[in-house]
Amino acid sequence: MSTIEQEQMAGASKRRRWTRAILPTYSWLVIAYLVFPIIVMIVYSFNKVVGGMQLVSFTWNGFTTQWYREWSNVPGLTQAFWLSIRLAIVATIISTVLGTLLAIALVRYRPPQFRGKMLFEQTIFLNIAAPEIVMGASLLGLFVTLNIARGFLTLVLAHVMFSVTYVVVTVRARLAGFDRSLEEAAYDLGARPLVTFGRVTLPLIMPGVLAGALMAFALSIDDFITSNFLSGAAAPFPVWVYGATRVGIPPQVFVFGTAIFAVGIAFAIMSIVMSRRHAE
Amino acid sequence: MEQLVPADHPGGVVVRRRRHRFGRAVAPYLLSLPAGLWLLLLFLVPLAVMLSLSLKTCNPATGACTMTWHWAEFPNEISLYHQEFITSLLFAGGATLADLVISFPIAYWIAFHGRHRKNFFLLMLLVPFFVSFVIRTIVWEFVLSNNGVFLTTLKNLHVLPSGFHILGTSWAVMAGLAYNYLPFTALPIYVAIERIDRRVLEAAYDLYATRRQGFMRVIFPLTIPGIFAAFLLTFIPMFGDYVNQEILGGTSNTMIGTVIQNQFLVNFDYAGGASLSAILLVIALLGIFLYARLLGTRTIEQYL
Repeated sequence: MSTIEQEQMAGASKRRRWTRAILPTYSWLVIAYLVFPIIVMIVYSFNKVVGGMQLVSFTWNGFTTQWYREWSNVPGLTQAFWLSIRLAIVATIISTVLGTLLAIALVRYRPPQFRGKMLFEQTIFLNIAAPEIVMGASLLGLFVTLNIARGFLTLVLAHVMFSVTYVVVTVRARLAGFDRSLEEAAYDLGARPLVTFGRVTLPLIMPGVLAGALMAFALSIDDFITSNFLSGAAAPFPVWVYGATRVGIPPQVFVFGTAIFAVGIAFAIMSIVMSRRHAE
Repeated sequence: MEQLVPADHPGGVVVRRRRHRFGRAVAPYLLSLPAGLWLLLLFLVPLAVMLSLSLKTCNPATGACTMTWHWAEFPNEISLYHQEFITSLLFAGGATLADLVISFPIAYWIAFHGRHRKNFFLLMLLVPFFVSFVIRTIVWEFVLSNNGVFLTTLKNLHVLPSGFHILGTSWAVMAGLAYNYLPFTALPIYVAIERIDRRVLEAAYDLYATRRQGFMRVIFPLTIPGIFAAFLLTFIPMFGDYVNQEILGGTSNTMIGTVIQNQFLVNFDYAGGASLSAILLVIALLGIFLYARLLGTRTIEQYL
């Protein structure tokens, strides 16, 4: 056996040790680290409470399903949760429609036809990259200057503002491989632009639009920093929970957290299974 | 009416063409108008308003502000709060670095050895996002707290000295930041590694590159754009974050986000808050500008 071959074999076994043992172990440790707090949350949603105040404690007092049975017993929390859901739905619908239209414009048209395209590109980039606290603070400055009362409306305005660019980016990525001859075929068969859009274009880009909508929904329902500046009396779920950290957290917070987690994971697994079936 | 005209009828064709041409000319503007207006009025205009607000002087009692071109506000705020800016830079920098180091190997492993389970592992990377950001941070408070189950157990086992505490220290804040933003780092790096053409790597090995050379000279340079994207998506939001500091950091080591939030929502000092946000934005813009110069503005979407 030549020395080169020996070296190659030594290299190969070293490689195998890395890829078969060290990297997988490490990766599973990272995954454990990511999942660990979620398990803590789920476990503590079943924790008994001792003492008069119904607040979560750091110590383990025994198993109970009381908080699941009494999930709606904290009025402010339940209201905040439904407010977040309504807000996310409204913001998702608006930002999905606006974002899809802008994505189509940006994919299809170039400067001689579409002047100011670069301006849009730069605004989108800046919107994604800018720190959220600056956007929230500046919007608060605007509403205070214009004397606009804070509430559901200002929350919708803000949530659409920061999620619309993510919709644009998501939809545009799926639009890139779009076969335009299908639209031309529809035109040749006498379909008008709107009919073509509704019957040909939209169904074809639907997966991208749905992905954008999911992104917008996730961003909206989890937003804290901007919402905290703009909510006023109407506090969405994350803002309410944050406010509660100062006085004590009712165990129902973890119940809601666990429920949101379960629904989100169910959606994600469903989409993975569906995409796998699609691929097969 | 139009449909009734046969396609071979000369008049019909002209009508259709003209409508088409006009439609084409306005289409990009019509399509981009709603989102454009929304972004102009609620993103760009507020930034301008904030800049002008920071030059105004406000009456704390009435909240009325008058334009005084008070440029001295900026140096004032910097001298008052430079420590908070430095703390934010250090915390965000440390946590971003930790995230890059933690996520590179796992991103590499999923991209190169994940095979049919890639989607599952990616879902695992994204798992923290399925729990509300604020709740995630509160759970870390649980985990790290002195009388929590975890530190107590470790102390009873004498793994840690009994006086050990972490909640309320800079380490707790950085741990929280690193945890909360890890997926934002791991995903862009994963996308960058996933995109590497395996044939380039094979070519390197065919030319007798060692394992290490293959990594250092082929894989790593090709993932640098992903690392930049990760840096932008992680460092900038961390820099303005105040939730981790408020919940995990206690009263020490205040970050600039906490100060801005208090100026607006506790002290109602809008001019002061606005000038601090303006300074924060300028620092962030420097980073964003450098990024855009190096990689262009479109790259960010390739890594999202």
